[in-house]
Amino acid sequence: MALLEVSNLVVDIPTEDGTVHAVQDVSFTVHEGEFFGIVGESGSGKSVMVQSIMGLVAGARTSGTVDFRGRNLLALGDEAMRSVRGREIGMIFQDPLSSLHPQYTVGWQIVEQIRAHEKISQQAAKARAIELLERVRIPDAAARFDAYPHQFSGGMRQRVMIAMALSLGPALIIADEPTTALDSTVQAQILDLLDEMRREFGATVVMISHDLGVLARVADRVMVMYAGRRMELGESANVLCSPAHPYTAGLLRSSAFNREPGTPLVPIAGRPPSLLAPPSGCAFAARCPDAMSICSERPPLRRYDDGTEVVCWLEGEPGEPPAPELPPAVEARSDDPAADASIVRVESLRLAFPQRRGPARVVLDDITLEVRRGETLGLVGESGCGKTTLARAIAGLVAPTAGTVTFDGHELSTLGRREWRSLRRRVQVVFQDPFGSLNPRRRVGSIIGDPFRIHGLASGQGRRAEVQELMELVGLNPEHYNRFPSQFSGGQRQRIGIARAIALKPELVILDEPVSALDVSIQAQVLNLLDELQRTLGLTYLFISHDLSVVRHVCDRIAVMEGGRIIELDDADRLYRDPQQPFTKRLLAAAAPEIPRTPARRRLVRTARPREAGPAPVLLPERAIEGARR
Amino acid sequence: MSLSTSKPPAPRLATPKTAAIAARNAADVQLRGSWSLTFARLRRDPASIGSITVILLIVAFALGAPLVAAWTGHGPTEQFRDTGLSPSGIPVGPSAEFLLGADQLGRDVLVRLAYGAQVSLLVGVVASIAASVIGVVVGVVAGFFGGPVDTVLSRITDLVMSVPFLLCAIALVAVLGPSLPLSIAVIVFFSWTGLARVIRGQVMALRHREFVEAARSLGASRTSIMFRDILPNLVVPIIVYTTLMIPSAIVFEATLSFLGLGIVPPTPSWGNMLADAANGSLYLIAWWMVVVPGGALLALTLAFNLLGDGLRDALDPAASKGGKGA
Ligand SMILES: Nc1ncnc2c1ncn2[C@@H]1O[C@H](COP(=O)(O)OP(=O)(O)O)[C@@H](O)[C@H]1O
Ligand code: SF4
Ligand SMILES: [Mg+2]
Repeated sequence: MALLEVSNLVVDIPTEDGTVHAVQDVSFTVHEGEFFGIVGESGSGKSVMVQSIMGLVAGARTSGTVDFRGRNLLALGDEAMRSVRGREIGMIFQDPLSSLHPQYTVGWQIVEQIRAHEKISQQAAKARAIELLERVRIPDAAARFDAYPHQFSGGMRQRVMIAMALSLGPALIIADEPTTALDSTVQAQILDLLDEMRREFGATVVMISHDLGVLARVADRVMVMYAGRRMELGESANVLCSPAHPYTAGLLRSSAFNREPGTPLVPIAGRPPSLLAPPSGCAFAARCPDAMSICSERPPLRRYDDGTEVVCWLEGEPGEPPAPELPPAVEARSDDPAADASIVRVESLRLAFPQRRGPARVVLDDITLEVRRGETLGLVGESGCGKTTLARAIAGLVAPTAGTVTFDGHELSTLGRREWRSLRRRVQVVFQDPFGSLNPRRRVGSIIGDPFRIHGLASGQGRRAEVQELMELVGLNPEHYNRFPSQFSGGQRQRIGIARAIALKPELVILDEPVSALDVSIQAQVLNLLDELQRTLGLTYLFISHDLSVVRHVCDRIAVMEGGRIIELDDADRLYRDPQQPFTKRLLAAAAPEIPRTPARRRLVRTARPREAGPAPVLLPERAIEGARR
Repeated sequence: MSLSTSKPPAPRLATPKTAAIAARNAADVQLRGSWSLTFARLRRDPASIGSITVILLIVAFALGAPLVAAWTGHGPTEQFRDTGLSPSGIPVGPSAEFLLGADQLGRDVLVRLAYGAQVSLLVGVVASIAASVIGVVVGVVAGFFGGPVDTVLSRITDLVMSVPFLLCAIALVAVLGPSLPLSIAVIVFFSWTGLARVIRGQVMALRHREFVEAARSLGASRTSIMFRDILPNLVVPIIVYTTLMIPSAIVFEATLSFLGLGIVPPTPSWGNMLADAANGSLYLIAWWMVVVPGGALLALTLAFNLLGDGLRDALDPAASKGGKGA
């Protein structure tokens, strides 16, 4: 039975730059008791859609209907909506720290939530809160009832959010990217917990994610969104194993977990359209390998006999574009032909930060590691295990407490000022956060030109020419030389960071989570770019990530870190086939499984043409069929 | 967009050439530059528009002071004891001859107001700019180096903040004698501290940002990091604070002149015009002698304050109105 039925939902948000058409004509039905997934790249309007369903988007203009238990939520007043939220629909957000109040204890917040909606005593509410905390497996729940949010880890906070969402026994739980900010092992636990709670409490879950791998694990049905529109909707096995929409197929092809290691990913070219001026025809047309001339008109809704609904002109299966060809690899460079095979040697490295109170905090503990010339060495581990610190120590940006780091035969701690500066040309870092690592107030040309300026290698027209060549090399438009970083998307910014890093032709590039902040289709573009640069420039990479599927895809060897130590180091293949350490096994288990591609066996049953212009296409005959089927 | 050419090229995106094309296509929606956005926001704020207009009018008035004098035929220090004063020696009120009345010596208030505006604006702008240069240098150095450097500079800032302004000014003037440069120096000395504190805090936060680490990893020197990487990120607070410092410097100057510690009469300044009015309770019979310079002072300081607030909102809308929840 349908619990939530959204029809022809349109959400427009007026802003300074014009109207953001965040959601355009989206319809879907969530059945009682199911796990419904919504997937799409960031900015595709997923969050705005669910938030406007809940009446949480200030200033939004909505049309269409959202039928929840016989009421149209869009037409409900503020007061009525408040009682629906929490009581009938629980919400879980991406960042639990911002939805929990930092000044109140976790227990108090759950009790308040309960007592705001139900007339029960303080004791009863507290007992219920503790029981809920136990149910979401917070160890020692009664004692932690009085803890503050900052005293919990990210995963624990998300558990608290789940407990809070469940506290009033809502019929529907909406989770917006609940696991995106978490490590992959914790992510898996939270997903399992959500699924379990759904069964136990008989709730229905709508979960938003940008990660197909996550949804493939848990969702019964999924809806794929793109640029504020619905692209494909159906049972998750059908949609993910035999996608009927070119966009879904493209997303799967660009996901690292879904491709053979060593084979290039197939990125989706370009980037999503601006929601300020979305194209009037198919929103995906500019990036679609199957686009036809008719695609400049609004595509029809096609329904197949297995229940899959696709908004697309294509009738057959989406085509399979050829994988990009990679250039042949060149030999890794070395200034000294007699140099040995390793470029970096780390020996018994130990690093401890002094603390105000108590003993020093040991971040790196007895690390011995070798990076071989020309290889890609992966470094995986959960956040906080010391990956970035190790990278900074290898780059010579922090001094170790004990032990040595040797770069190409020179020990870093013995370098003088001049030598240290010349080392900076040979080791480069690409930072994790494409937003934080570029100075927001400087122009891209001067950011990429920095290495030339700092080392006095080129100036004026010469520098400009070098920079524009680099921009071309990493796939940026050289005409954007004078733009500011904020005028680029996340993927383009990461390209800027990469251009800056390779400017001086370094030998070693340290990549600190270079794609973690990017969407899958953009991840694939950046990963392929890195691969290509490595081949043509003979670079050595130290690739840091918490995502094992990405690491496996690009790395020759993988080092697994836990609590400041390297617990396992092996060839990527061997580590995957035969992990030794329990932690490695857990990491592997948490990584997204490959989705088997099966040929589609579906038949088109109906095509509904959209009405010319106007937000509401004729979908009525469609409903009639559905009704007849029930 | 026309899609008549049937299929787009297959996405061999890994090769830079096609990626560059993709990037070019994607950038079709041209974003507006930050300056034009700022102006667009300012233009939509009536308070900012009003204050800019007032400031421009007063600036024009100050620049046109000689024209005003020529037009009325009254010099700024010229006394018209026969036309400007009644037979009993009382200044005449606003009239066709003296548009804004005359003062106790029969001088034209309108002309003196125009020349006084020159002094006020000069002191306000020069003192604020000088004070903000000092404040920025102290703040950046303290915030960037931290440690003992920071401790010393912060203590000096605290010290200056705790010196009583008027006592100090009176003492200095008693020793050195009143003059325009001395007024400016005193005002600068007491004005830079607020900005220095703000900048220091911002630099301490910026110092740990990833882009600073990136510059360091490229081998940039400290001076280069301070001036190329950190300073451009402080443009907003510097502009806003400097704008907000102007009105307080103007009031400082008026206060000093009012007390006879600033501009030396007979050179007109708004402060000593007010002092003339207060002298012997003249304002009881010649209200224009208070209302005219007082009103001008109020209008100018209010305008600069409103402009400062408007600029803050326009330059950094996310900080002042809460970010867009996504
Ligand atoms: N309050 C808002 N005002 C204006 N635009 C917004 C607002 N919230 C989100 N947007 C815009 O709406 C679009 C969709 O955003 P969102 O729903 O967060 O995407 P997703 O959740 O799929 O990543 C984006 O372009 C975003 O910038
Ligand atoms: S409608 Fe056309 S452009 Fe859009 S996804 Fe389908 S085939 Fe591609
Ligand atoms: Mg979102």
